[in-house]
Parts: sequence; C-alpha cells; structure tokens
Amino acid sequence: MGFKDYCFRKSLWVFHFGGASCNNCDIEILDCLTPRHDLERFGILLVGSIRHADVLLVNGSINTRDKDRLIELYRQAPKPILVVAIGACGCTGGIFAESLTFAGPVDAIIPVDAYIPGCPPKPEAIIAGIVKLAGKK
Amino acid sequence: MSRKTLIPIGPYHPLQEEPELFKLFCDGEIVRDIKWETGYNHRSIEKLSESKTYDQVFFLVERICGICSTSHPFAFANAVEEIAGIEITDRAKYIRSIIGELERLHSHLLWVGLAGHFLGYNTVFMWAWKYREPVLDLFEMITGNRNSYAMFKVGGVRRDIENSKIPVIRKVLSDARKKIDLLAGAVMDDPVIHARTKGVGVLTRQDIIDYAAVGPTARASGVPIDIRKDDPYAAYPLVNWKVITAEGGDVFAKAEVRLLEMYESVSIIEQCLDGLEKVREGDITVKVNEIPEGIGAGRAEAPRGEVFHFVVSDGSNSPARHKIRAPSYVNIATFKKSCIGQTIADATISLAAVDPCYCCTERMAAAYDVSSGKRLLNANDLIALSLKRTEEIRKSGAGHE
Amino acid sequence: METEEVIENIAKKFISDTVAFDLVKSRRGIITIRHTALTAIAEYLYRSEGYRFIIASALHTRRGFEIYSHFSMDTSGLILSLHVILDKEKPRIESLSNMFSASNWIEREMHELFGIDFLNHPNQEKLISDGNWAEGVYPYRKEFK
Repeated sequence: MGFKDYCFRKSLWVFHFGGASCNNCDIEILDCLTPRHDLERFGILLVGSIRHADVLLVNGSINTRDKDRLIELYRQAPKPILVVAIGACGCTGGIFAESLTFAGPVDAIIPVDAYIPGCPPKPEAIIAGIVKLAGKK
Repeated sequence: MSRKTLIPIGPYHPLQEEPELFKLFCDGEIVRDIKWETGYNHRSIEKLSESKTYDQVFFLVERICGICSTSHPFAFANAVEEIAGIEITDRAKYIRSIIGELERLHSHLLWVGLAGHFLGYNTVFMWAWKYREPVLDLFEMITGNRNSYAMFKVGGVRRDIENSKIPVIRKVLSDARKKIDLLAGAVMDDPVIHARTKGVGVLTRQDIIDYAAVGPTARASGVPIDIRKDDPYAAYPLVNWKVITAEGGDVFAKAEVRLLEMYESVSIIEQCLDGLEKVREGDITVKVNEIPEGIGAGRAEAPRGEVFHFVVSDGSNSPARHKIRAPSYVNIATFKKSCIGQTIADATISLAAVDPCYCCTERMAAAYDVSSGKRLLNANDLIALSLKRTEEIRKSGAGHE
Repeated sequence: METEEVIENIAKKFISDTVAFDLVKSRRGIITIRHTALTAIAEYLYRSEGYRFIIASALHTRRGFEIYSHFSMDTSGLILSLHVILDKEKPRIESLSNMFSASNWIEREMHELFGIDFLNHPNQEKLISDGNWAEGVYPYRKEFK
C-alpha cells in the first residue's frame, strides 16, 4: 500500500468550496450529511479549514474573482489532496460558461480527480462519486 | 474604544444569489460596525439573458438561486405574459401555485434547520432536513428533478400533474402537517431557543420601510407585504389563505412567521389540488405567437420575499433588457440595523434570520488572507499582540461586559 | 382610487416636470419625467404617499441612458415606474440614497455596470466589480452604429 492509498483509506474529511454557483449543489452536498443519506456513517465529515481536509469539493462556475481564492486554497491544502468538481458548472461551466466573468471550469484552474455531473447531482450521485474516488488506485 | 478586531464571515456564501464577505468590526464580543463585500458570485445573468431566447431564459433564471428556483421563472413568466397579454389556463394557474407553495414548504423547512444549526442546535437541523426529504421526493415525482424543476414556460407549464398523482401528494401533505406540528412545538416552546432568539436582531417598522425589506423579514415586523395578496397572480386569488404577520421584528418573530406560513402553504396546495380535480386534464398551455414590443414588470412572492423582474422587449425573440431583483438584495442590507450592538454569536443568527441561507459555516473560519487585503501575521506577531492586549485590559482594570 | 387617477394626479402635481405618462395595464404605470425632478417626485411618493422603492433598472439605448425607478403601492398592487433619460456622454443624476437606504446598493451597481454617476451618494464604493473587471470598464454599455 502506497502512502497515498494509506491516506485515503479511512474517514475522508471534506472541505467545500462554492464558487459562483446557484447553490443547488451546495444544498445537495449538505443533504448528504442529513439523516436520509448520512454520510457521517462512513467518517466523511465537512471541515471548516482546508488544512484539515483530504478532499476539496468544488461546485459552481468559477468567476475571475473566485479564481485566485481557489488557487490559494489549493496551495494551502495538505498534499496529497483529492479534488472533486461537482455539478454541470464545476465540470464545464454549464449555463454560465458564456458569462463575461467566467474564468474557466475547475479543471482549467486546478487538477481535478473526479467529476460528478448533474444539475444538481442527486445526493446518491455524489455518494457514488465519492465511493468511486475512494476506490481509485 | 478605537481598537477593533476584524472578523470576516465569508466570502463564500453560496446559498443565495449574492454571496458576500461580511466584515464584522468587533470590540471584544460586541459588533460595532459591519461592512460587506460581494461580487464573488457575479455571473452577469442579466447580460446573459439578453443573448438567450424567451424559452431559454427560464432555464437561466431558474439557476439564479437553487432554493428559489421556481420564484424567478414565476416572476419572469408574469412579466413576459404581461407584455404579450396572455391569460393562462386555470389548470396551469393551479400547477404553478402548487409548485410555488411546495417550494416555500421546502425552503422554510431548510431555513428552520439552518437556523437551528446556527444556534448550535443540531437536532433541529437534522429533524427539519429529514422532514424536507418527502417534499423533495414529491418534486421528483411531479417534475423529474429534486431542484431546478423546469416547469414554467411562457403561456403555461411544461408538464401536467396527472389526477392519478393527487392522492399521493395529499398523503405527503397530511404527513408534512404532522411533522410541522412537531417541529413548531419543538421550536416555539423551547426555552433555550427563546433565550437565544427573543429580542435579538430586532428590526423596527421604520427600518423595514427605510430599507424596503420584503417577505417574512417585513412581515415579522408587522408590515403585511405579500405579493400573493397585494398583486395577485396565478391561482392565489382563487383560494382562501391569510397573510401571516408577527410583531417584534426579532429572530423569534421571523421563525414564527415562517413556521406558521408552512401551514398556509399546505392549505393552499390542498385547495389547489381540489381545483385541479375540477378542470380538464392536459389543458396546461395556451398558444403563444410572438412577444410584441413593450415593457413588463412581473412579481412573485418567493419564500424570502418579493422577486421582481423587469423585461423590456423590442419585438425580437430575446429580451432587450432584463432586470432582476431578488428579495435578499434588499433584505441583506438590513444587517446594518439588526447586527450592530449585538454579540458575535447573536450576529450570526441575526444574519441568518432574513434567510440568506447561511449554511456555509464551514467557510466562515477559513483564513482568506487574500480577500481581506490585510498583511498576514505570523505566530509570533499574534502572541505579541495578544500579550499586549492582555496587558492593556489589565491596566484598564475592566473585564468585558 | 383608480390607478389611472393616481397617475394623473401625480402627473398634474408635477406638471412642469412630467414629459409623458402611460398606463401599461391596470396595475402598472410609467411616468416619464425630467431627470432633475426625480428626487422631488420620489420624495413625494415615499414620504407622503407611502410608496415602497422596489429597485431601479438602467438601460443603454440610442436615446442615452435610461433609468426606471420602480415604486410599489402595496395596498393596491400598483407598480409605478419613474422614467428618466440621461445624457449620452456624461450620465449623472442625483442620488436617492440620502432619502432611503434601499437604493444604496443598486446605485452603486448601476455605476459599475453602466458608468452612471450618482451625485451626493453616501458611499459610492465598489460593489461587484472588484476583481471581476477593471475600473472604467462598463460591461453593460452597448455599441450603437
């Protein structure tokens, strides 16, 4: 088992970054933690600081003002870190890709490990994405 | 005292259209001034809208705010139908109102949960969000998606609610009513919640008028503004309901208004379902030929207050100008009145009370050094500063209030 | 009072400043006024008649910069829009923010998006443009041939 696998073997701690989103994805992420889906069973926890996180969830289209903050957060994150782009906006820019302040989808700014498409993705889809990510070698 | 600590809240605050960074200037525990920055979520929707056709704009305005994803299309439809002089069918009116009220139900449940979360009362958070799930399931059954329903179009709605689905909806509603009873009981009679919310974040009638606040924020201060009554649209004039107001203007009054509004919503939906059974199935759209030149203003009552869309048409197939005003735009500004003079712990719930959906506590504590533009301090600086401050307090001989 | 009457009364009261008035629908009215009279009429609506300020919409058209200030009468459901047309080169108008705080943000926003100057605004700071586009760039302006 390599160091990276060792790091991501148990309890993934998640930091959530919402860009210029419509907040549907944000709600669905929170929804994963509430009784119906209850991700905390698996030790998955939303944390308040990127310095404690194993996973960085990014949703929403990234505008020029957010871009620097996202890069800064990625720089501050303890490595190795997994980056997940959530929702149509995070993956491609979605309906806001033509906006004049759009600074690119997430993978144009920082490296991305997994994409969870949907507008918004259902909590089940988010869980499936995280499970796939955990099993990725 | 001239020395003030800056506490940033934000900047990522995505549960609303306008996320921003709140800078609380604090003196000890007391908030002395509040400043805010926004632009983190600027997507130029008004500009984008000018490049889309009227049918496409619905999908765009739906994505202004995920929680109000029916109120914006609602107001836009009202504005465009006003320009074109379209009168929609009764069935479409009922369906629109049902979707609007279901949205209010899920949004208020979401708010109650988040308010509990802000008070550090996570039991309420978990309960409310658990009770919200059946409403979302209902949405999935009716529209095909849990959020962003894509139900509206100019001249009616896209999908019908078949009469065969009505018993299922009724069942969920009667269950929901019991759950709201439970929740209302837990919130309204809890001494801890009383202690945390009564007399906190008070907005007077004059503040509401000065800031032109709308929705539950205004109604909790005894200003009975409700667009559903004042400027009736869709099926609201066809059913019986009342505007909920409260006196006091504090956080508790706002919670009370929202909890009681949920009962009204359930009753409106039930009456709309009665109406739905009386009209012919499938009669959901009228033919729209073109949108003529003209000016239209459309309003709808979102869970947070009045949504206002102003559309200027030049006779082409996309709007020449489309101005959008979401309720939070005016409600957030009242923070300047409700938070100053409070402690930091009370300021967060006062901020949350107007329902900008303040769920991103996770991001509150993160150190966004670049955003404040302040020079970063290292650990030694911080220790030196805290020693200095302790020394000052000791000298002045006074503890905190 | 009927909507028509309301609008006519206001137009009569400020007869020297009114350019045109128009009843769009039973609960919508537009009064085109001289831009110098906006504060006086807005003050009358807000203080004497109890109107609520909703928002202001700016437009860039061939005629110049136009602003619709929307007011709502909540007891009758009337939306009354005060329409002013500003200069093409140097659009400027007196701010309403000293009268009510509700127009504070929208005036700053219009300044950033259209470059309209609001005179005597209490704090005309940046609202949304910081980091998104440079100062002196007004993205909502249009090019007319």
